[in-house]
Formats: sequence, structure tokens, C-alpha cells
Amino acid sequence: MTTDPIPAQPIDFDPVESPRDNYLNVNYRIKSWLLTVDHKRIAILYLLGITFFFVIGGIFALMIRLELLTPRGDLLKADTYNKMFTMHGIVMVFFFLIPSIPAVIGNFIVPMMVGARDLAFPRLNLASWYIYILGGVFTMIAMVSGGVDTGWTFYTPYSSVYSNTHVALTAIGIFVTGFSSILTGLNFIVTIHKMRAPGLTWFRMPLFLWSIYATSLIMVLGTPVVAIAIVLVGLERLFNIGVFNPALGGDPILFQHLFWFYSHPAVYIMVLPSMGVVSEIIATFTRRRIFGYKIVALSSLAIALIGFFVWGHHMFVSGQSLYAGMIFSFLSFFVAIPSAIKVFNWTATLYKGSILLATPMYYAMGFIGLFTMGGLTGLFLASLGMDVHVTDTYFIVAHFHYIMVGGAIMGYLGGIHYWWPKITGRMYAEVPAKIAAFLIFIGFNLTFFPQFLVGYLGMPRRYHEYPPEFQVYNVMSTAGASILAVGYVIPLVYLLWSLKYGRRATANPWGATTLEWQTPSPPPTENFLEPPVVTHEAYDFSALSPEVLAGHFPGSASKA
Amino acid sequence: MPEITANTALPGSPPIPPAHEHPRGLAHQFDDLRQQKEAATLGMWTFLATEVMFFGGVMLAYAVYRGKYAEAFAIGSRLEVWWIGFINTGVLLCSSLTMAIAVYNANRGLGSKTARYLVMTVLLGIVFMGIKGYEYAHIYNEHLLPGNSFDQPSPDATAGQIADFEHKFPDSLRNGGRIFFSFYFIMTGIHATHMIVGIPIILLIAWKAKKGTYTTRYYDPVENIGLYWHFVDIVWIFLYPLLYLIDLSSHTGMH
Amino acid sequence: MDQRFQLLPDQASTFAPRVDLLYLFLWSVTAFFTLLIFLLIVYLGLRYRRRSATEVPTPMHGGTALEIAWTVIPLIIVMVIFFWGAKIYFTFYSPPADAIEIHVIGKQWMWKIQHPEGRREINELHVPVGKAVKLVLSSQDVIHSFYVPAFRVKQDAVPGRYTVMWFKATRVGEYHLFCAEYCGTEHSRMVGKVIVMEPDAYQAWLVGSPADQSPVVAGEKLFKTLGCVACHAVQAPTMAGLYMSQQKFTDGSTVVADDNYLRESILDSTAKIVEGYQPVMPSYRNQISEEQVMQLVSYIKSLKNPPREGGSTQFPAAPAPSQR
Repeated sequence: MTTDPIPAQPIDFDPVESPRDNYLNVNYRIKSWLLTVDHKRIAILYLLGITFFFVIGGIFALMIRLELLTPRGDLLKADTYNKMFTMHGIVMVFFFLIPSIPAVIGNFIVPMMVGARDLAFPRLNLASWYIYILGGVFTMIAMVSGGVDTGWTFYTPYSSVYSNTHVALTAIGIFVTGFSSILTGLNFIVTIHKMRAPGLTWFRMPLFLWSIYATSLIMVLGTPVVAIAIVLVGLERLFNIGVFNPALGGDPILFQHLFWFYSHPAVYIMVLPSMGVVSEIIATFTRRRIFGYKIVALSSLAIALIGFFVWGHHMFVSGQSLYAGMIFSFLSFFVAIPSAIKVFNWTATLYKGSILLATPMYYAMGFIGLFTMGGLTGLFLASLGMDVHVTDTYFIVAHFHYIMVGGAIMGYLGGIHYWWPKITGRMYAEVPAKIAAFLIFIGFNLTFFPQFLVGYLGMPRRYHEYPPEFQVYNVMSTAGASILAVGYVIPLVYLLWSLKYGRRATANPWGATTLEWQTPSPPPTENFLEPPVVTHEAYDFSALSPEVLAGHFPGSASKA
Repeated sequence: MPEITANTALPGSPPIPPAHEHPRGLAHQFDDLRQQKEAATLGMWTFLATEVMFFGGVMLAYAVYRGKYAEAFAIGSRLEVWWIGFINTGVLLCSSLTMAIAVYNANRGLGSKTARYLVMTVLLGIVFMGIKGYEYAHIYNEHLLPGNSFDQPSPDATAGQIADFEHKFPDSLRNGGRIFFSFYFIMTGIHATHMIVGIPIILLIAWKAKKGTYTTRYYDPVENIGLYWHFVDIVWIFLYPLLYLIDLSSHTGMH
Repeated sequence: MDQRFQLLPDQASTFAPRVDLLYLFLWSVTAFFTLLIFLLIVYLGLRYRRRSATEVPTPMHGGTALEIAWTVIPLIIVMVIFFWGAKIYFTFYSPPADAIEIHVIGKQWMWKIQHPEGRREINELHVPVGKAVKLVLSSQDVIHSFYVPAFRVKQDAVPGRYTVMWFKATRVGEYHLFCAEYCGTEHSRMVGKVIVMEPDAYQAWLVGSPADQSPVVAGEKLFKTLGCVACHAVQAPTMAGLYMSQQKFTDGSTVVADDNYLRESILDSTAKIVEGYQPVMPSYRNQISEEQVMQLVSYIKSLKNPPREGGSTQFPAAPAPSQR
């Protein structure tokens, strides 16, 4: 290990010491929060919203796992159970995972990373939060007034004709929330195109921006299609228009096409931002430019693009034609390539790096491991002959939880820890954070790995009761879920604790190179004290001044 | 990847002017009016891309059923009043013209002229929707509202009315007919919703134009609402043939 | 079934070993790469721990050879998986011509099954070992999915159309039958058994209870009582030899008259008009049940040239005039 000579123009920020105004203390009135157009405050509003929905969705998940502890349906009635898994899916997908990284971390970080004072359309940004909340209110009303039991996939004609639950109200909730997603994506696209700081060319952009950009494209182009599909379901319920009802000449499979056209790319809405977060964390905590930066950047776009052409792999046993199945299967395998490239490049970045195993790095490494597992088990499902057996079983459930929980949530938590000092101006406590990260990793694997096995044995998903020979796996799964739940509660505690008692964060506690660290923590309302100019490629750690490198890690990081 | 942004200066270029020097109409997050205009325009185009996918989804579904129920769709299109669609197309094209003139005037800084043409656009839009409403009523009276009583006598009809009821679709094409009219109402309904959303915004912008809010350098809202309105117009240009012009041949029966 | 700790379900069809082999291959790939990556990141993470606060590693800009390697190698692997999986799927889509055809109708929340000889059963499917069995699935309400894990086969039963699956059982025994597509409240009780029997035992079972009419016979009766015979022997297209023949329509298109075509022609009679005929047939949608449609289709399918053995299904009277 050598230390490079100090370059001519070091990346160096000398934080102006307090007292000073930041975006948090500039005004304490509730109105100043509810009417704020500051992207950082809106990010906090989103953080509150999605945390609320995460807790709700998590409670549903625990109810499901408790019910499945025994083969008989002894805790919940069948229709209660059906509503539980439906609402778990709806809340987690539409109200937690999709907005999680983009709307919270993205909202906070994107404008700062591009070196702008705010997103391109701040009022639109606030509007999209209100739209999100409005959609949430509709959905919550549907839930408390009896719930919905169609599964989050809303397959017709069950959803459009046969279900006796609040499908229309929930559909309105999802439809409305979709607009929030669209507007957020639109804001990011315009901000990344038009508001980058002088010198911040496309290929100097941090990888988080690339992944958010790719995500935004999916949000803008995919969401409207599921919106129209949901409108049609709602209209069919209300007016019997017959579009998806075979008894009236409609085609129920058409709904699946429209639904998966969005909902498959939606998986990438959930996981691409996590990939971006992981790239940032790995770069910072290895002090390295991500190996193969350009290819990693472009692979995000590739995933977004290919993701639009693979939806039919959800329908291999729906009766679609043999040739459609072949094409969709073939294309699906191509998503594996950019994903594999990313994983290999992250791994290569570690080689001869200067690695600091702080909590965000724990999450990033956990992400890589679980995402690799999730991605590779995706090959089972893309493979036609294998999918016939494992689709609609717990194998699927395990696979997508590896992507969405093992992938997306690990990335989200990693990002929250990584940017926590910037967001709050406080350091979280490193020891409990590491314990929680470890518990989450263990609990997660214990919950979902057995589901691969029981899925292959043939246990169908969405079963309230199951044959007794599957019990052993379900017991393991429920045990794991309990550990996972504990793992998720711990961060809630120490992060809240840190708000008051945490060590004050410096401007750049990790010694990172991206622009958001070149301003005080927490940042002032206008983000930067003076407009930043970029003179380096992304992740040029040799440009950091020795003060920045040395100043913030006395000894080991684990002494929080 | 080509450089698209305007504000990407080379290192060492003059610093961006401080934020407090505010030209009229410049929002705080932008450096200058040019950046703001480019952002607004890109934002609107991105929004229109969303809209294209939205209408694209419903048109895809339409295409599936048009293939499946070609005969019923042809009968359905003949049940529409073709001249209503024709006149409405003209009305909407005129409204696009007045919108274009409004944008042209905004570009020249003529606030009240801009406002006048915007109001004309709104009036034409209202005429369009009036005609549309008349057509909806007509279709309703013909018992062609999709639903359980589609192409059936109303539930409270007398025995005589039931006996006299003339079905528009033969029994075996009624499902296809219902689906056609479902698409008719969904597509025109979403289209009309876009107009209903657009009209108050146009009026607001007209009022601001009249007040003199816009300058030759800053009139992005006028330009963007223009883009929106033209988009709504173009959607109709697709809907008109899809819904009205499937089969204009006279009622020769089937063969 | 006992509660032993299994990793693979029973292998009871010709598909099972093929799917299991692919499964093991896929797990090998998964385990190899997951462990490789995971052990690597843990090893590298520990090996290259930061030694001093100011150390900055030598920058690295990627290596083309490595990039190509980890693009091409995964590509080769996934292509192998694609062809392997597609080959199995292809077999799954190609039922043998001599397969026993059994009708399955899904409804909330049961499976109604009828054998070609007429015997009916609910939530149980008896099949002979070593013989190909083809299931023609439909649903009378929502989408269901017929899933037999021991056979590694699954197919959705979609309302409004027929779907087909097939298998050849290889081991006598009782196996789970599940509905795998969520279908409402009692979805998890829409389960049953597939009972694989020796062919002799199967034959005995078939005649074991007072026999129902076979679907063909029932279809023939319906064909008369519904009045189909009045036209379809005279001015309408005849049914003899219709199944799987090429049909040409007034709009110039052609189609092979398969199960779904017959179904559509009964329910949406004027959707496709055979060249040379008038669209005069009434629609039978909502007039007859899903089961009756299936019986009519069975009957029409039985009117092959030459007539099916057993004789009784020959087209009644009035041999049709030339078709066009």
C-alpha cells in the first residue's frame, strides 16, 4: 500500500463550524415541514411515510409466518390469511420498496450529488409526496374497512369479477401512488440531465446517479401501463365492461401481460437503486474507483432496457404459445449478464483496496452475497422446463425475497447508514449497527433459504394450510423471520437514539469523494455554501487531501 | 454519451452567478433562465413520454380485441355518428391552431394577445366536450352503455318496449360490441379527462399572461401547456380513426 | 407420505428425472458462484483492511480481458441453461398422439375430472402407470393451476379456453395434486390426489362404479337435443373429419380446427365464418355449461374419418353433401 502524492487540486472541504443554519434548524414549525419545497425535508417526509408502511407490511409478514408455523390453518381464517398476504405484498411493493431508495435517499442525495440547489421541480416533488400519502390513505381505508384478497398481482377474473373485497378502493390507491412514482422519476431525469455542476460530465457521475437515472426511466415508462391495467380492472368491477371477463368475451391473460409489463421492470425499480447505493459504499470504503466504472454505469441502463422485454416469463404456464415462452425465456437470460458484470466488478474493486469494514460496508457485502443468490435462482425461473415446476411455489417466494429483501432492503439500510451523518448531522452507534446487520443477514437466510427447498418439494405459494411434510421448513422460516424482525427493530432504536446522543458528524466522515460530502452535515437549505465545480473523475481518492483522509477516522471505525 | 447539458462548463470557467441575482421568473434552484427553460421543456417531454405509454397500454388492449372481434368493432364504429367525430376533429385542430398562435405571441412578449388566444383555445375545448357530451347522451339513449344492460331494453321497460326493442348487435357479436363500446368510453373518457385537467391550467396561464408575468425570455409555462395541448390533440387524431373509421361502408350486412 | 426430510419430491413421471437433473445443475452453478463471490468478498475484505487512515490504494481502471471473461462465461452458461430448459418445455408442449385424454374442469374450489370412458371423479385423478395421459383443462370461474409436484408438471386452467398438459407416470403411488394459482378463499383446500395404478387396476377401476356416460356419448345426445344436428347435417358445415382440419374463413384467414376453435365456434358462433356459409348460427354462450361445451367438443372430435372404434359415435344419418 502506498500513498499517492497529493494532486494539485485536492478535494477538500473545511466545514464551517457552527453556529450556522442547516436545513433542519432553519425553521421548526410544522407548517415549514408540510409546505417545504426543500428536497432534503421532503426526503425526511418520505422517510417517515415509508417507515410507517414498512412497519405495517412487516406486521402482516409476521402474521403470515406465525400462521404457517403449523400445517393447519389455526391462527387465522382462510380469508383473513389471504388478505394478509395480499396487503403485505401491496404495502411492501407499492408503498415501501418502490419509493424507498429513490424517494428517500434519492431525493436527499441526487441534487447534492449533481451539485444543485434542489431538484428541477421542487413543488412537483412536494406534490408527489402528497400524492403518495393520498394513495396510502386510500389503501389504508381499504384495509381497515375489510381489506382486499386478490394477491398483489390482481389477477383477473378473480380480481375483476369474483372477489368480494375492496378491490376498487385499493386499485385507486395504487393508481394514485403510481403518479407519485412517475413524478419522482421525471424530476430525477430532468435534474440529472440539466442540473449537473460545471465539470460533472456523464462519465464523471457517481454510479448512484446512473442507477437512479435508469430507475427513473422505468418509473416514467412502465408505471403508466400498470396504471391503465388497474383502471380497467376497476372499471370492470364497477361497470361490467367485460374487458378481462371471459364470460363476457374478454381475455383474462391480457391483464397479466399489461400487469407484468410494468411489474417485472418494477423489480428493477426496487433493486437498481440498491445497486447504486452499493457502488457508492464500496467505492468509499475501499477508496477505489469501481472496477470497470463505465461498464457498471451502462449495465444499469442495460438492465432497465432489457427488463422491459422479459415480462412473459411470469406466464410460462398460463397457456401462452410455445414460441412466446421461448422468446421470453431467451431474453430473460440476458438480464443475467449485466447483473453478473456488476457483481464481478464490485468484487474486483475490493482487490488491493483499502477496506474499512464499517456498517454500510457490511450491508454492501451482504447485498452482493444475497443478490448473487437471488439472481442465480432467477435462472431457475427463466429456464422454461424448470419454471413449469417451480412457478407459483415457495421457490418463487424465496427468489424474489432474495432480490427484494436481501437485495433492495440491504441496499436501503446500507444507504441509510452511509448517509445518516449527512442527513442528520450525527453518527450512528457502530456496535449495535453491526450486530443488527449481522442479525438481519442471518435471519434473512434462515427465513428464505428453506423456502427454496420447500418450493421445489411442491408447496404452492399463497397457501393457508399445507401438507404436514412441509412443516419442518416452515418452522425454520418462521424462526428466521423472528430473528429478522429483531434485526429490523434494532436500527430503529439506535438511529433514533443517535439523533440526540450521537457523535456530531463532520462534513465528510467517511472520506468520500462525491459532492454531497463537500458541504456541512447537515447541509444548509441551499445545499452548498458556494456552487461546486467538478474537476475529477468519479471516485478519485488520490485527489482527497490528507486532512480529509486522516481527519475523521481516529483509529478504528468500530469505536463509534 | 453526448453532452446535453447547457450548464456543464469546463473546469476553470467563470463561476456561476450568485443565486440572489434573480431575473424575473427564475426559480431559486436554477442558475439562469436558459437552464430553467431547458429543464421545463425536458420535463414536459418526459411527462408526454409517460402519457404515450399510458395511452399505448389502452391502445394495445384495443388492438387485441379489434383483432378478435373485428366484425363487432366494425358494427360498433358504424353505430357512432361519424360526422360528430369529424366535426370534433376539426374543432380540436382549430384549438391547436389557436394554441400555437398563443405560444407565438408569448414568444413576442404580447401578454394580452397570448391570453386572448389561450381563452379561444379553452372555448374550442369546451365546444369539443359539449359535442362529445351530446354523443355520449346519444349512445346512452341507444342502450349502448357497456354493462349488464348493454344493447338490451332497460330493466324497467314494459313488455311492449321489450318486444319492440331493436338489438344493434346479433347475439353472438354482443360481447365484442360491448368491448368496443367499453374502449370507446375509456379512450374518449381518458382523453376528455386530459382536457378537463388542461382547461383550468390554461385559464390560469392566460390570467398570468394578461397580468404580464411572461417576458420574451420567460414564457415556459405557455410553451409547455402548448405542448400538452398539442399532445391531447394528437391523441384524438389516433382515436378518431380507431373508433369512428373502422368500417364506413354502408350497412351491406356481412356478405 | 411420511415426514422424512426430503430435498427432492418423489420422481413419478418421465419429466421428473429430467427436471431434477437440470435442478441439480442449476444448484451447482448457483452454489459455485454464490460461494465464490461470497468467500471472495469476505477474504478480500479481511485481507485488504485499511492499515492507516491516510492510505489510498493505487487506482485501477478495469481490465478488458477480465470484463470480456465475465461477460462471455456467464453468457455461455445461461445459454446452456436456456437450451436445456427449452428442450424440456418443448416436450411438455408436445403430448404424444396416443395419450389418454382426460377432461379437467377447475372451479372454486375443486377439480372435476372425467375420463374418456365416462367415469367422473372430484379432486382425485386415477391414471395408469406407463401410459401418456393428456389433460384438457378449463375453468368455469377464475384461473386455477393444475399442479402435480411428483410429476414436475403444472398448467393453468384458464376460463374461456382450453389448455393442455401431459405426463407419463412412472411409479405407482399416491401423489399430491395442488391448485397453484391463487383462486380465492379456499385456494389452499383445492387440493387432491393423483393415484397412479397398474394398467389392469386402472381398467378395473374405470368400470368399478356405475358408469357415467362418456363425454362423447353425452356430447352426441346434446348434439341432438340442442338441435345442432338439424343444420350441421344439411346446410351448415358438417362435423365429420372436421377436427384438426384446415378451415378457411370468409375473411381469407385459415386456422386448424383444434379444441379451442371448436369451443369458440360453439360459444361465439359468428366470430369466424367458414367460407361459403352464412353467419346464421346462434351463440351458445351462457346457454350451456362448461362441461357441456367439453362434451360437445369431445363428440365432434370423435367424428374422425375413419370413425372411431366402438361405432356408436358415427355421425348420425344424412351423410353430408360435399363440404363446399
